[in-house]
Amino acid sequence: MKHLWLNAYADIVESLRARWFLVYTAVFGGLVVVLFAYGLAESRIMGFTGLSRLLLTYIQLTMAILPVFVLVTTVRSVAGDREAGVFEYLLSLPISLFSWYWGKMLGRFLMVFMPVFLAMVGAIAWGVIKGAAVPWTMLIYYTGLLTVLAWCFLGIGMLISTIARTSDVAQGAAFVVWLTLLLFLDLILLGIMIREQLPPETAVAIALANPLQVFRTASMMLFDPQLVLLGPSAYVILDNFGQTGYILYALLYPVFLGTLCAGIGYMIFRRTDLP
Amino acid sequence: MIQFENVVKRFRRNQVLKGVDLNIERGHRVALVGSNGAGKTTLIRCLLGEYTCEGRVLVDGLDPRQHRRAVLSKVGFVPQLPPPLKMPVRQLVRFAASLCDADPRRIETVAGRLGLDVENFHGQPFVKLSGGQKQKLLIAIALGRDSELLVLDEPTANLDPGARHIFFQLLAEKKAAAAMLISSHRLDEVASLVNRVIEMDQGSVVLDDRVADLVDLSSHLWCRVTLIQPEAAFAKSIGEWSFHGSDDGLMWEGRVAGPDRLRFLGVLARYAALLAGISMQQTDAPPEVLPDG
Repeated sequence: MKHLWLNAYADIVESLRARWFLVYTAVFGGLVVVLFAYGLAESRIMGFTGLSRLLLTYIQLTMAILPVFVLVTTVRSVAGDREAGVFEYLLSLPISLFSWYWGKMLGRFLMVFMPVFLAMVGAIAWGVIKGAAVPWTMLIYYTGLLTVLAWCFLGIGMLISTIARTSDVAQGAAFVVWLTLLLFLDLILLGIMIREQLPPETAVAIALANPLQVFRTASMMLFDPQLVLLGPSAYVILDNFGQTGYILYALLYPVFLGTLCAGIGYMIFRRTDLP
Repeated sequence: MIQFENVVKRFRRNQVLKGVDLNIERGHRVALVGSNGAGKTTLIRCLLGEYTCEGRVLVDGLDPRQHRRAVLSKVGFVPQLPPPLKMPVRQLVRFAASLCDADPRRIETVAGRLGLDVENFHGQPFVKLSGGQKQKLLIAIALGRDSELLVLDEPTANLDPGARHIFFQLLAEKKAAAAMLISSHRLDEVASLVNRVIEMDQGSVVLDDRVADLVDLSSHLWCRVTLIQPEAAFAKSIGEWSFHGSDDGLMWEGRVAGPDRLRFLGVLARYAALLAGISMQQTDAPPEVLPDG
């Protein structure tokens, strides 16, 4: 375990000096600044105002940006390291492949999660200074959702990085995966369902398998507990899961999917050529 | 110590290693030579357990792929191209030392002997060091611990003559207890360092020969070179070897590391028409009078 943490720490140190991390941090930090600058905390929509309104918007924007950012930066840096000879050298040191792979995953997870989380905490801190009430339940719930979303797409990114031998191929594959998940968000799914006359169960199953859709529905659930915005499919979710059940599913499924992808990536990694 | 038994490596349909059989014992200092695409790097990566392959690769009876930690804790590896690591120099030393259960101060001491003071560069990212500094640090990480197998890919490519001399001394300190595999495109770069030459061509071993082991790795030669006329290009080349010239630029004196003699003579050969005399004498201190050559 010592080597796992050591490698996680090394990956954090490497990432802190990498350009992708600067851009990534600037995007999420900048997002909060922009939301404040445009007075979103003072606006009122659907009964939400102050920090609740700001968090709501932030989480919706994060859902659009975080997956593609995590995927592309992970595959570019991991596959890029392999191409540049970093793997050749570091894997000549006596570290087990388990410690190497999962240490990298752990270090990278902290690096992709912390900027998003700290931007949110920064927004809360600023709101408190300005005298706004802190929506603790919402903050904890969204922190949980962001954690599992980052883990899920990091796992997918690690799998792609393991399979693809070059950073160009890895980047292309990551983009295709993200685009596919995006295309199967509810509206497009609805379109396909009508056009292809898919059974509703299949459409719902696809929606439940899509981590982007799961995150989207779960984040919606806090301000729209009856999922009125989703239309009839809300009945399927609420009848089968209930509100608490679905929240639990939204927190557990992405963790499972991310771990599964990363686990498959690890199995492939240890069986194939390393550099 | 190292056994390659019918090692075959394929990349899709391209067979890069074609049934390599080799035995390397402790005390063997092997020059692994061959042109680009001969299979040297692939063989090294199989030895380090980084590539899967057919056949068997064993280090002290252990498969490097199955027993990574046990095997790699004995191996000091210096790659041909330094990796573009962004971590600071001291962090890299501590990271490597911690993985190898080594003392980071020992690595820093070896780096210091090679002319790289880690203290001065401790916060600087590894990737920002010069080519020579990177090479020195990687050599220090490989030699500053109890490695029993040294795998060195073009290790002296970026070193100045002074650092090369120290490097040869460091190898001399290890030569009884360790096996060395030194990869190079050119035999003359490493000829004086080794006692065995293995040449590869298109994935096969085409030459495996013992060579006379007469050069003391820690020795050096005092040299005097006289010219028929001064020449700026020659002055620049020999200046890189830290030679001192007379006021008229006709006589140059300096010290060359014993294993570097072939490389040094290679430099002189480029200026053969200018040479009036060469004297070389193996000694520890500058001789009073060198015989004219």
